[in-house]
Amino acid sequence: MIAEAGLALLWFAAAMALLQLFAAIMALRGGEGSSEYAGVVRPSAIVQGPLVALSFLMLMWLFIRTDLSVLLVAANSHSAKPFIFKLAGTWGNHEGSMLLWVTVMALSGSLVALVERRLPERTMIATLAAQAFVSLGFYAFLLFSSNPFERLPTPVPEGNGLNPLLQDIGLAFHPPTLYIGYVGLSVAFSFAVGALLTREVGPAFARAMRPWVLGSWIFLTIGITAGSYWAYYELGWGGWWFWDPVENASLMPWLAATALLHSASVLASRDALRTWTIMLGVVAFSMSMVGTFLVRSGILTSVHAFAVDPERGTFILALLTIYIGGALTLFGARASTVSEGKQFSLVSREAGLVFNNVMLSAILGIVLLGTLYPLLTEAFDTKVSVGPPYFNPVGAMFAIPMIVVMAVGPLLRWRRDSFDRIAKALILPAVLTAALLAGAVLLAPGIGLLPLLGLGLSLGLGVASILPLLGRDLRRTPLPTWGMVFGHLGLAVALFGMASESAFSTEKLVAANVGDVVEVGPWSIELTAIEPVAGPNWTALEATMTARYEDGAPVTLHPQSRNFTQPPQTTSESALSTRWNGQLYAVVGEEGLDGRWQLRLWWKPFVPMIWLGGLLIAFGGALSLLGRVLGDIRRGYQRRRIAMRRDERPHSRAVPEPAE
Amino acid sequence: MKPKHQRLVLVVLALAVLIGAVLLAIWGLRGQASYFYVPSDIASDPPETGRAVRLGGMVQEGSIQTLPDGVTVAFVVGDGKATVPVRYTGITPDLFVEGSGVVADGRLDADGTFVADSLLAKHDENYMPRELEDMSKEQAKAVVAETTAQ
Repeated sequence: MIAEAGLALLWFAAAMALLQLFAAIMALRGGEGSSEYAGVVRPSAIVQGPLVALSFLMLMWLFIRTDLSVLLVAANSHSAKPFIFKLAGTWGNHEGSMLLWVTVMALSGSLVALVERRLPERTMIATLAAQAFVSLGFYAFLLFSSNPFERLPTPVPEGNGLNPLLQDIGLAFHPPTLYIGYVGLSVAFSFAVGALLTREVGPAFARAMRPWVLGSWIFLTIGITAGSYWAYYELGWGGWWFWDPVENASLMPWLAATALLHSASVLASRDALRTWTIMLGVVAFSMSMVGTFLVRSGILTSVHAFAVDPERGTFILALLTIYIGGALTLFGARASTVSEGKQFSLVSREAGLVFNNVMLSAILGIVLLGTLYPLLTEAFDTKVSVGPPYFNPVGAMFAIPMIVVMAVGPLLRWRRDSFDRIAKALILPAVLTAALLAGAVLLAPGIGLLPLLGLGLSLGLGVASILPLLGRDLRRTPLPTWGMVFGHLGLAVALFGMASESAFSTEKLVAANVGDVVEVGPWSIELTAIEPVAGPNWTALEATMTARYEDGAPVTLHPQSRNFTQPPQTTSESALSTRWNGQLYAVVGEEGLDGRWQLRLWWKPFVPMIWLGGLLIAFGGALSLLGRVLGDIRRGYQRRRIAMRRDERPHSRAVPEPAE
Repeated sequence: MKPKHQRLVLVVLALAVLIGAVLLAIWGLRGQASYFYVPSDIASDPPETGRAVRLGGMVQEGSIQTLPDGVTVAFVVGDGKATVPVRYTGITPDLFVEGSGVVADGRLDADGTFVADSLLAKHDENYMPRELEDMSKEQAKAVVAETTAQ
């Protein structure tokens, strides 16, 4: 019954989306009864959120109970799986994750319809029409080609289990985080379409869209950071970013969202970059659709490619074409009617933001081409793989100027400024960068060019990112400014971690007997024992290592080589020991014919800063979002009070609206 | 400068940078993409020494040897027509066994040995390197038969 109820709720929600679209179109066409139609649009959007959320809870319930009469549960779960992974199993598969997509989408649609009152009503209706149009595509995808509630003709005695690589707490929450990010961009897209349709591209539109872009950007940042850490410790390869297509699929929307975020803030505070912001809104959502397509269609070879199903791929590709093609056509038709915004000079904060927007777009283009190139060549029967030798140097050519401008830009004033005014402030970061570069070349001549530049720039950017706070009253500094400082500082911290990891990592690969001592970097590690251990659904060989950092206290590490029973698979569980200045990373391999064990050990100085930086960036975003939302609430409250006063004294003079 | 001119200048500059990025990307891809080879490709038209390529094929029966350092393996990859000796230093993937499919990233060294930086073996019973799926029919059949048998 639960499965049928879940499916019925989904159909009902889809019907409400159809109603929302129809009513919005009727309302926008004007004429007789258009205000009645307009009254239906918001409620039909609001009701979808709870409907789909309930449907998702039902699927969750089926997974918790391990109801083996449901195809999806039988294919992806197992009664002996730990509870948390039964729960996470709900979205650890194609159908469930698409239902999650739609759930987040419906909930955000409800929220927009419920709270957003600042835009002209016509623009809101056009926005909700776009939102309904996008939702309908996903409802159709879910109901026609990925029904999560399908029953089996006869229940099976036991389920197939979940891919052991996915049985990890980090990964359990990785996809939902990314999906929230993707879906937030679909809301931004709807706002852009709504503003374009009703020719209301201005600061009010940017202010309404900004929290959604910020929110989705925060989730994407956290999702990418978590995904990278997962790949780092779970795959046991010691790397933290592989330029894997699935990683790129999450990076591309992030790059577009970063650009959109910055151009939306120029539009909101300076009323410049109107068409550019609309364009980025379309691009950002396109990138999250491309991401979904790449991941869900199974078109790419990747450690992550679970779903292999061409029919679904075609469906998502069709959706992608309709949305993006439609949006670009609309953009082409309407872009010339968007009037120019305010001007700015070549040296101004706007100009800095425009420069970095272009750089971000260039990096986005490079990642996109690199990700799609293997698919293109495969159509001509040449198989290639594209990896770090392409992405690192080509991306860096645009990332490096971007980082330089990132250090300077926040110090510039809006509209017009001169370098003379800020030159003094920039001396310190410039000198530090130069000193570090010179020092590194003299003391550690073996470092590659990119890590070297990374180290220098991270130091300069780190210092420069704090400079906007100089001379300000810290208690009165607005939260969004703090957000910017933390965001930029976070990037500097992450960059330092990345550069340091690639410049200073040391690796040891040895075959060792129990009792042998291995030196790696400042560590000496003794292999003390290898013993079999067992978990709920796996058995493993576990090594015990006693590691000492220089003359410090010993630390014990337990890397494992795990054999999962359901489905049968072997994984390497790495063991980490984290210090303030880096991480020791240990993996145990097979027993050789001579009884020695293969050990792979890395000392990675400052590597945790990569993820710490990622979290700082997300924290900066959160501060900014909080500041914006609090500001909106305060202004809404003031407006209501003024309106109330006006009602009490209906014959008094009109009170002017407070300035934004 | 009139607003309209400013917008035009911005658009032109942005387009120039983006086109530059695309050209750079294409140039980078032509130079840096690593091409996929099967052993018979290497026999007929070997890639230049030191160029990054991928090699895919079957690990020949009886060919896996662990060298005295305990962490380097030497083995032979074949596709039924030709064979290539491969050397790899590192922990081998969990499902790296003789008679099974493998994809190696690396380069050919001067004496014709393929030095692998990384190995991809059959990942689990559902996953196989895609390149192997697309090998010629009889090769694919052989690989599939070998790699799906538990």
